[in-house]
Amino acid sequence: MPEIRNLTMNFGPQHPAAHGVLRLVLEMDGEVIVRADPHIGLLHRATEKLAESKPYNQSIGYMDRLDYVSMMCNEHAYVLAMEKLLGIEPPLRAQYIRVMFDEITRILNHLLWLGTHALDVGAMTVFLYCFREREDLFDCYEAVSGARMHATYYRPGGVYRDLPERMPQYQPSRWRSARDLKRMNRARQGSLLDFIEDFTERFPRYIEEYEALLTENRIWKQRTVGIGVVSPERARQLGFTGPMLRGSGVEWDLRKKQPYEVYDRLDFDIPVGTNGDCYDRYLVRVEEMRQSNRIVRQCVEWLRANPGPVMVADHKVAPPPREEMKADMEALIHHFKLFTEGFCIPEGETYAAVEHPKGEFGIYLISDGANKPYRLKIRAPGFAHLAALDEMARGHMLQDCVALIGTLDVVFGEIDR
Amino acid sequence: MTATLLEFWNGLPEDFRIPVLILLKIVAILVPLMLSVAYLTFAERKIIGYMQIRIGPQRVGPRGWLQPIADALKLLLKEIIVPANANRFLFLLAPVLSIGPALAAWSVMPFGHGMVLANVDAGLLFLLALTSMGVYGVIIAGWASNSKYAFLGAMRSAAQMVAYEIAMGFALVGALMAGGSLNLGKIVLAQQGGVLHWFWLPLLPLFFIYFISGVAETNRAPFDVAEGESEIVAGFHVEYSGMAFAVFFLAEYANMILISTLAAVLFLGGWLSPFEGTGWQAYVNWVPGTVWLLLKAAGFLFLFLWFRATFPRYRYDQIMRLGWKVFIPITIVWLFLEGFAILFHLQPWFA
Repeated sequence: MPEIRNLTMNFGPQHPAAHGVLRLVLEMDGEVIVRADPHIGLLHRATEKLAESKPYNQSIGYMDRLDYVSMMCNEHAYVLAMEKLLGIEPPLRAQYIRVMFDEITRILNHLLWLGTHALDVGAMTVFLYCFREREDLFDCYEAVSGARMHATYYRPGGVYRDLPERMPQYQPSRWRSARDLKRMNRARQGSLLDFIEDFTERFPRYIEEYEALLTENRIWKQRTVGIGVVSPERARQLGFTGPMLRGSGVEWDLRKKQPYEVYDRLDFDIPVGTNGDCYDRYLVRVEEMRQSNRIVRQCVEWLRANPGPVMVADHKVAPPPREEMKADMEALIHHFKLFTEGFCIPEGETYAAVEHPKGEFGIYLISDGANKPYRLKIRAPGFAHLAALDEMARGHMLQDCVALIGTLDVVFGEIDR
Repeated sequence: MTATLLEFWNGLPEDFRIPVLILLKIVAILVPLMLSVAYLTFAERKIIGYMQIRIGPQRVGPRGWLQPIADALKLLLKEIIVPANANRFLFLLAPVLSIGPALAAWSVMPFGHGMVLANVDAGLLFLLALTSMGVYGVIIAGWASNSKYAFLGAMRSAAQMVAYEIAMGFALVGALMAGGSLNLGKIVLAQQGGVLHWFWLPLLPLFFIYFISGVAETNRAPFDVAEGESEIVAGFHVEYSGMAFAVFFLAEYANMILISTLAAVLFLGGWLSPFEGTGWQAYVNWVPGTVWLLLKAAGFLFLFLWFRATFPRYRYDQIMRLGWKVFIPITIVWLFLEGFAILFHLQPWFA
C-alpha cells in the first residue's frame, strides 16, 4: 500500500502573487488547500527599534516606508501620537490638508489593491487603468513634498508647507508630440487644488471603467463570491479592521467612531458588506474610493476659501521660516536645536490610531522625557489580516488562495516592519 | 531558361519529383505560418497595449516591427537549462511533441479551392486527432520538469484539454453533419451561397462552443489555468528556457492560428467571399479566396487577444464545470436538433 501524502508547496517569496515577500507554505490535497502557513519577517527592518535611536522628528520618514502604498496615513498616526503627548493641535488648515491627503492616499492604496487583486485573478487590464490614475495622485504628492512616494509631509504641529500655487507641468521632449503634451498638461494649468479638483471630477468615471470590467463580470463573480467568508463575529475576534471588517458587515470606522482631525465636519458614508466574502470586500473598497473622492472634494472647497497657517507657531516643535532664520538669532538657535537635537516630549504614553486604508493603523508611544521615544509600537492592520489567511484559505483551491491574498491587501512593509 | 529548367525537371524520375514537390509545399505553408506566429505575438503586444492605454513595443526597428525577430534571436541565444533530477529525454521531447501536431494539422487545411497539401477525406478526423496529441507535450513537460508548479500545471491542462476536446469534438460533428463530409474542402463548398448560407447560422450554439473550446484548448485566457501566471507562475513550462520555451510558445500561437482558421473554414465559409449572392460580388471577384480566409481567421485571432485583455481567469473547477455540465449537454441537444433539420431538409442549409 503506497503512502499517500499531501503536497507541500512553497508559495513565494519569489512569486508573482506574493505581494512582496510573502512566503506561504501550503499543504495541499491536490488543488485544495489543507493548511496555509504564512511566514513573515523577510522584510523586517527593525523600524520600531530604529525609532528608539533617533530624535522624534527624524522617524517620520521611516513611517512612510512601513506600508509603502499608503505613505501619508502612516505618518499621520505617528505625528498624531507625538502631538497628543506634546499637547499641541495643528492649525485648522493643516488638519484639512492632512485629511485631504489621507483620502488621496486611501485612493492610491485602493487603486493599487484593485489593480493587483484583479491581476491576481487574471484581469490584467484593470491593473494598467489603475496605474494611470495613481500617476496623477503621485504628482500631487510630488507637488507638495518633492517626493512621489515617501513624502515626509506631515510634521508635528502641521504639515511641511502649504499647497503650491502652481502645479508642475510636463516638459516637451522628443518622445512626446505637442498634442500629447497639451493633453497631459491640460489639468495642470492652475494650482494644485485645481488639479485635485479636476481629478475628483474625472475619477468617478474612472471607477465606472474599473467596475465595468469587473463588478458584473461573471468570471470575476465566480472567482470572488463566497471565497474566504468571514462572519462578523469571527472578524471581530480575529482583530480585523478597515475594509476587511466592514466587508463582513461590521460598521466600524475610526473616522466616524473616534473622529480625528476634521472628519467630524465632513460628509461621507461608510460602506458595509453583507456576506464577508472577497466580492463584498471588493465592493466596499470600490465604494470607499468614491467616498474618499467626496471627502477630497469637500476639503478642496474648504481649503480654497480658507487660507492660513499650516504649522503651529511654536518654534520649539516647528522649524522657523527660512528668511527669519537669516536675520534672527533666536530663530537660528531654534533651527539648530530642532535639526540636531530635535525636541523633547514630556514623559507619558499614548496610543494614536488612524483609519488607514487597510484598517486601524496605530502608534503606541512611550516617552521618558527625552528627545527619542522610549518605546514605539506599531499596530499594523495587515498583520492581523494575514494571520487569518490560514482560516480563510482552508478548503479553498490554490487559485482562491491567490484571490485571498489579494483581498487581504497585505503589504509587507507594515507586516514585517 | 525557364524552358530548360522545366525540361530538366520533367527529366527527373517521378519518385524524386513528388517528394520534392511536397517538401516545397510544406515549406510554402510553414514559412508563412512561422512568420504569422512571430507577428501574431507582435500584434498581441500592440493590440493589448492599446487596450491598456500603453503603446507596446516600438523601439526595435521602425515602429517596433522587428521586435519579434529580436525576441526570436534572444531566445535562440539563451541557454536551455535542464533542471537537476529532470528526465532529460522527456524534458526535451515535450516541446517537440507540442509543436509537431500543431504544425502537422496544417496539412489538411484548405487555403482555397483545391489549395490543400493533403486532400484527405477524413481531414476533420485527422485534425481532431492531431490537436488532441498536443496535450501530451504539456503533460510530459509538466511531469519531466520535476517541479511542483509544473506538475500542477500539467494536471490542470490534462483535465481541461480532455474535457474541452469532447465539447469541441461534438461541435465538429455538427459541422460534419451539416457539410456531409469529413473533407474540409467539401465542408467549405457545402456553405456556398452567401453569408446566410454559412454554417454559423444553423449551428450558432455549436459555433460559439467550438470557439470557446478552442480558446480553452489552446490554454489562452480566460482558460489559461495551465499557465496560471498568478498562481503557478508559468505552469507546465516554468522550467523551460531558451529555444525549448520558444517552441512551446510557437506551438501555442500556431494552435491559436489553427483554431481560428478552422473556425473560419467550418463556420464562416472558409475561402468563400462574404459578398456571394449580393450585387457587390462583381467588385470583389479579383480577391483571391485565401485572402477571405485569412481575414476571417484574423478576426478570430483578434478575439483571442481581446479576451486576454478583458477577462479574469477562470478557476480550474469552474472550467471543468463549464466544459462538462454546460458545453457538452448543449452540443448534444443541438446535434439532435440539427439531425432533425437535416431529416426534414431545412432550407437553405440542408437541401
